[in-house]
Amino acid sequence: MTELAIPGQAGAPAAESDLMVRAEQVHKSFGSIEVLKGIDLEVRPGEVACLLGPSGSGKSTFLRCINHLEKINAGRIWVDGELIGYRERGGKLHEMREKEVAAQRRSIGMVFQRFNLFPHKTALENVTEAPLLVRKEKRAEVRDRAAALLERVGLGDRLHSYPSQLSGGQQQRVAIARALAMQPKLMLFDEPTSALDPELVGEVLDVMKDLARDGMTMIVVTHEIGFAREVGDSLVFMDGGVVVERGNPREVIADPKHERTKAFLAKVL
Amino acid sequence: MAVLAVLAAMFIHLLVTNEAFNWSFMVDRMFRPPIIEGLLRGTVLMTVTAMVIGVTLGVVIAVMRLSENPILRGVAWLYTWFFRAVPRLVLLAVFGNIGILWSRIEFGVPFDTQLGQLFGIDNLQLRLFGFSSRDILTGFMAGLLGLALSEAAYMAEIVRAGIQSVDQGQTEAAQALGMSRGQLLRRVVLPQAMRVIIPPTGNETIAMLKDTSLLLYVPVSVELFFQLDAVGKRTFQIFPMYVAACLWYLFLTSILLVGQYFLERHFGKGYGTAGRARLRLRGMAAEAGGNPGEVKP
Ligand SMILES: Nc1ncnc2c1ncn2[C@@H]1O[C@H](COP(=O)(O)OP(=O)(O)OP(=O)(O)O)[C@@H](O)[C@H]1O
Ligand SMILES: [Mg+2]
Repeated sequence: MTELAIPGQAGAPAAESDLMVRAEQVHKSFGSIEVLKGIDLEVRPGEVACLLGPSGSGKSTFLRCINHLEKINAGRIWVDGELIGYRERGGKLHEMREKEVAAQRRSIGMVFQRFNLFPHKTALENVTEAPLLVRKEKRAEVRDRAAALLERVGLGDRLHSYPSQLSGGQQQRVAIARALAMQPKLMLFDEPTSALDPELVGEVLDVMKDLARDGMTMIVVTHEIGFAREVGDSLVFMDGGVVVERGNPREVIADPKHERTKAFLAKVL
Repeated sequence: MAVLAVLAAMFIHLLVTNEAFNWSFMVDRMFRPPIIEGLLRGTVLMTVTAMVIGVTLGVVIAVMRLSENPILRGVAWLYTWFFRAVPRLVLLAVFGNIGILWSRIEFGVPFDTQLGQLFGIDNLQLRLFGFSSRDILTGFMAGLLGLALSEAAYMAEIVRAGIQSVDQGQTEAAQALGMSRGQLLRRVVLPQAMRVIIPPTGNETIAMLKDTSLLLYVPVSVELFFQLDAVGKRTFQIFPMYVAACLWYLFLTSILLVGQYFLERHFGKGYGTAGRARLRLRGMAAEAGGNPGEVKP
């Protein structure tokens, strides 16, 4: 099933099945504006890939394409060997039905810049909602797992708090627990600390470091150079809808090859 | 202040001394069985059923209006346009006389006889089921239909505004968790939209309760105002019976206002800490022996 047999496609990737994420020539336009101009990306299982780039470079858009929150106009994305959002039949791509897309999203967790917790539900209910509703799991099991997850992100004592009663950092940690409750194989983070007061950034990054140590595959859009250097396995620098430079985070940050990368790093460091 | 007191005194004087009020007659008549029956069936039951149908249909139309399918969107637009453009009173008069249009109401393949002719079959009838319009479109049903369909149009607009008031990020978060459209609508978007939907719906319910008096024009005889009006005209005591109507409607709407307060409080949970803090403060004040009513919002 992971065999790539598309007519006219040269050089099928050898080890595609070993990749957690594989994006190939992803294009995305909003109206007449092309935001992604052919993005390639490969992420191995357990890898932490950091996505850097100036505002408007298309980082969020690309991340949202990975779980099909945005429809791509050209190219392909596979997650764990499965083509996202489309089905290939006779060399042609057919868009999946909404239910199938929803099913694919279940194994991809996403954490948003602005948390997007459900404000009418407590921290615990936020975490149990999807496993109960979407996976129809047993209530008691889900509850225990959710409580354990909230414990893990340091919120064992705030199970019954509503989001409005939590600080930004706490809300973001609940949001991470909520995504983890679906037991995803991949986690997407879109600037998870950008909306936080500086003194709250650390607690969220700590949770993410813990996740990375545990072997979670993560794609992290961030401006936290320290995080990228310390935790990242790879760094991808985007600008103007293309990947400008990529490599080992420590090497790229210490010695960027490209002018635009240099300019960007000079600004954020 | 003194002016107000004088005006109030004058008003009370009028209420007590003017013969036209005829209080004893009014009190005697306003609790009679036909009036109570009219109140329970024509006013309360009608309000409840019309609102239930109106809200349900309104949600459906709102969701259609916001769907990506242009046909559904168009149908929903047409519906709200029509039922909001025609005054309720006129609508009710039309529904009351709709029996003139068809003596039987039938559900089946439209234009069956005509289609049959195309294929050379004489008098083809594809009626699935039907009933005499007189059986189904009694005054009550006609009135209910008129009120409920019209209400659905207003509710659709309210629900649409409610849904649109919910942050797009909520939908995305729910989608990212693998919820389907229906699931995220039911579990995430609508519950939050309720905060915006409930207050105007309360107002709609109160308006509906009052609008049941328009059923006089269908006509629906088992209805509060119809009955009070009839008694008034029969006994030439029109004014006391209209005052009775005012009192009854005041009483009923007051009950609804209390219900509305509790509903709004329920659906406001999780929003801002102000409500909760207020409750806590009240508890503390009560414990300290103070007046719990002192803490004002
Ligand atoms: N739904 C949309 N409709 C139209 N244009 C959009 C939409 N979403 C994003 N864009 C545009 O696409 C471009 C890339 O946006 P994107 O949010 O992906 O950038 P980003 O790299 O995440 O930037 P930031 O660091 O500010 O979050 C921007 O110019 C933005 O205005
Ligand atoms: Mg972004």
